[in-house]
Amino acid sequence: MSGSVGIVVFPGSNCERDCRRALESLGAHTTYVWHQETSLPDVDIVVLPGGFAHGDYLRTGAIARFSPVMGAVRDHANAGGIVMGICNGFQVLCEAGLLPGALRKNSGLKFICRWVDLRVDNNQSPFAARADAGQRLRIPINHFEGSWYCDPGELQRIRANDQVVLRYTANPNGALDDVAGVTNERGNVFGLMPHPERACEPSSGSQDGAVILGSMLDTAPAREHAHL
Amino acid sequence: MSLASTLHRELGLTDDELAGIRARLEREPTFTELAMFSVMWSEHCSYKSSRLHLANLPTEGEHVVVGPGEGAGVVEVAPGVKVAWKIESHNHPSFVEPGNGAATGVGGIVRDILSMGARPIALMDSLRFGRPGRERTDYLVEGVVDGISSYGNAIGVPTVGGETIFDDCYAHNPLVNVACLGVVEQALQHGRAEGPGNVLVLIGSSTGRDGIGGASVLASAGFGVEAADKRPSVQVGDPLTEKLVIEACLELVRADLLAGFQDLGAGGICCPASEMTSKAGTGAVIDVDRVPRREPGMAPFEVMISESQERMLAVVEPSKLDPVLAVCHRWELGAEVIGEVTATGRLQVVSGGEVVADIPSTSLTDDAPILDRPQERPQSLDGFEAGTALDAPVDPAATFLTLLSQPDIASKRWVWEQYDYMIGLGTLQGPGADAAVIRLPDSAVAVAITVDGPGRFCRLDPYEGARLAVAEAARNVACTGARPVAVTNCLNFGSPEESVVMWQFTEVVRGIADACRGLGAPVTGGNVSFYNETEGRPIHPTPVIGMLGVLDSLQAQVGIGFRAEGDAILLLGATDGFDLGGSELAAMGGGEPSGRPPRLDLAAERSLHGLLGRASTEHLLRSAHDLSSGGLAVALAEAAFGGHLGFTVELPPGESWRTLFSESPSRAVVSCAPGRVARLALAARELGVPLTMLGEVGGEDLDFGDFAVALVAARSRWDSAFAESLSLKVV
Repeated sequence: MSGSVGIVVFPGSNCERDCRRALESLGAHTTYVWHQETSLPDVDIVVLPGGFAHGDYLRTGAIARFSPVMGAVRDHANAGGIVMGICNGFQVLCEAGLLPGALRKNSGLKFICRWVDLRVDNNQSPFAARADAGQRLRIPINHFEGSWYCDPGELQRIRANDQVVLRYTANPNGALDDVAGVTNERGNVFGLMPHPERACEPSSGSQDGAVILGSMLDTAPAREHAHL
Repeated sequence: MSLASTLHRELGLTDDELAGIRARLEREPTFTELAMFSVMWSEHCSYKSSRLHLANLPTEGEHVVVGPGEGAGVVEVAPGVKVAWKIESHNHPSFVEPGNGAATGVGGIVRDILSMGARPIALMDSLRFGRPGRERTDYLVEGVVDGISSYGNAIGVPTVGGETIFDDCYAHNPLVNVACLGVVEQALQHGRAEGPGNVLVLIGSSTGRDGIGGASVLASAGFGVEAADKRPSVQVGDPLTEKLVIEACLELVRADLLAGFQDLGAGGICCPASEMTSKAGTGAVIDVDRVPRREPGMAPFEVMISESQERMLAVVEPSKLDPVLAVCHRWELGAEVIGEVTATGRLQVVSGGEVVADIPSTSLTDDAPILDRPQERPQSLDGFEAGTALDAPVDPAATFLTLLSQPDIASKRWVWEQYDYMIGLGTLQGPGADAAVIRLPDSAVAVAITVDGPGRFCRLDPYEGARLAVAEAARNVACTGARPVAVTNCLNFGSPEESVVMWQFTEVVRGIADACRGLGAPVTGGNVSFYNETEGRPIHPTPVIGMLGVLDSLQAQVGIGFRAEGDAILLLGATDGFDLGGSELAAMGGGEPSGRPPRLDLAAERSLHGLLGRASTEHLLRSAHDLSSGGLAVALAEAAFGGHLGFTVELPPGESWRTLFSESPSRAVVSCAPGRVARLALAARELGVPLTMLGEVGGEDLDFGDFAVALVAARSRWDSAFAESLSLKVV
């Protein structure tokens, strides 16, 4: 058993099922957590999946940050708990102030669904510990607002603190410093635009997503799931 | 004079139809009734010009669970595993307002699938525009693709493939046909309002004035120059609500809370209310005052026919009402009781305590008028009987490269990269494949789906063109290793009031019927879209065939790309070098299509499918790709691009350009490991499929013997040509 994961579901989330399938194939136990919940079930890890929370109306993640569940997610993060936001989940975590920067529209002003190559630039992070330093990972992106940005001073601090875990090898969306995945200062909250859950099975052509999800699950304490 | 003396005409009803309404009601219609008849008797809802002819289509087969007439056809693809499959058009709305028109086209077909109790798991679209490079066309292309992308991506249903074709006959009347595949999660649902006393629950969005008369105003008349004035008739999509409707309704089905279920689309509330009661032999009372509105002051008729999106109508036993409302509210969706089922056989509409409409249900549906419109074969077709006089290309390499950059042939990556084609983790083969191969959720069963519609062939010979459309769709599915089992079709035509268009229509239906019978793939449903014309110029007759195939095993799956250096390349099927009428090579010269399209031999087509099936099951094939637009030359190039591997082939003696560019049907180019060639040849001989050794996979070039071009250069041309042809700023 490798960890119990709460997958937060907002109205408009749509990758929750894929995340469940991928995480369970890696041995995790998963529970959906509806956005109206004010507390989390007994989980080691929280994942905010991709999708269009609240329709992405107003601005991606801008309404979701006010969902009741976000208070509990914040408490979990502040207590050092592991949190991962994938794509729309990344956007929500940025809006909620749990991750640095913001996601802007792709520089091409088009939605992009494409396999991309990533480089692991910090394999000391709990989200990439299974990777070799500099390892290339092939994982698809699927977004309109995926161009990560922050102000120059903040970028300097982020780089000095080694918070960039994944960079694009060929920047598809205009992201600052080729950032594809970044953590908070403490390193326990991670957001990435690529979808690791889409690259876990042999039939998908690449299983590199399992490197990321598997690294994350490795952080969970070993325990029996009596409730299974 | 009566109220209806001229009003009916404004609503799109003829004088004869008004007389028919009076006869059925045995009195003058009320205003509300007239509005309800106008949408339900519109061409779009009633199929009045087509119904007589559609009856000739084969609709039964061993796999068919539900045929035409329901929300979607349902096919059993493995023991106990049922899928819903349906295509629909949203042509006119997409011309008036491309983004919302296309988006709500996606929303509409998704609810059709949902109405069967099926989870939508894949979308495909078949699009037609004028030649790219002009501002208006490019605006439509961009808007339609954006509409599909923004809606389909948000509801979490992958758009796994499709086709985008360019011809000036569509410049003022683009076609947006969207197909959806769903998997029945638990119990199949039916659009029937059984059980007087059961309540009618309207689930989803509130009702507004958007899309008033969409079916009658937009879908059932041609366009003049004032198309923009019709913008209020286009519905506006809300994908967030659609996503919630999907999840809530599937939960209602899983909990067995519904007695009947149908989507709302064209015709608004009026449509499911009349269809569900007609089918069950019941009636209903609807209190329009109970319908949640998004704007004040709506008249009863507006509430009844508004085409506001993201709504479903459920029939619920009173004892199950509370749980139904609870599920909807948990998903943060509106759900209101708006009426109840009665035993009267009449659809009664109440407002402010007054009855504003009281109509026999069947008079809006089965008892609507059926027309046998006159047909006439156009004499202009006589000239097409002769073969096509094309000269040999002076520079075949240049011709080949030009062909690769034609908008119909060039890669549509610019289009499909805007679609989420992966969500659901089931897309084993996606855009760019002959057919998309989809693994059903949490299942080892996979199906193959494709949409095909060669309009040029149908313009030259609608009967033969329709047969070729069915054959090509079936062949695409067969090339992936699947058996074609069912067809959904979208029939796009000009005005049925033109005898030539009606002749084209009946010829196309006859062609589809023959080919579907011959290939063992019955028609399980579809859609007819007439009045595709602007200022009196009709489009090519354009049947779009959506073919569903079944794979016996995931391992039997075959892709189009070459896989390994040294593999043998073989051509299956016979080539007639004079099959160039209506071809891509002929079209490259510009002007109206001319010539005689290829003739399909159904027996040869069947044998080819048999061989592809057997070869994939016995794992003889490394790749297989159907030959269609651009013939052998383009098929070989696409196989090379798919696998990033070059090839060297040697063509049979004779005029090699004819062999390269002929579009003879019933052919595929395959590659196989050298050690398996003998077994493949033996199987081909047994099944009577001509087999030609062409050459070998490998190298950096596309080497056709007479000429060669570098793989990288050809690929880059093919990959970028479409985006470059758009006049919009492409980044």
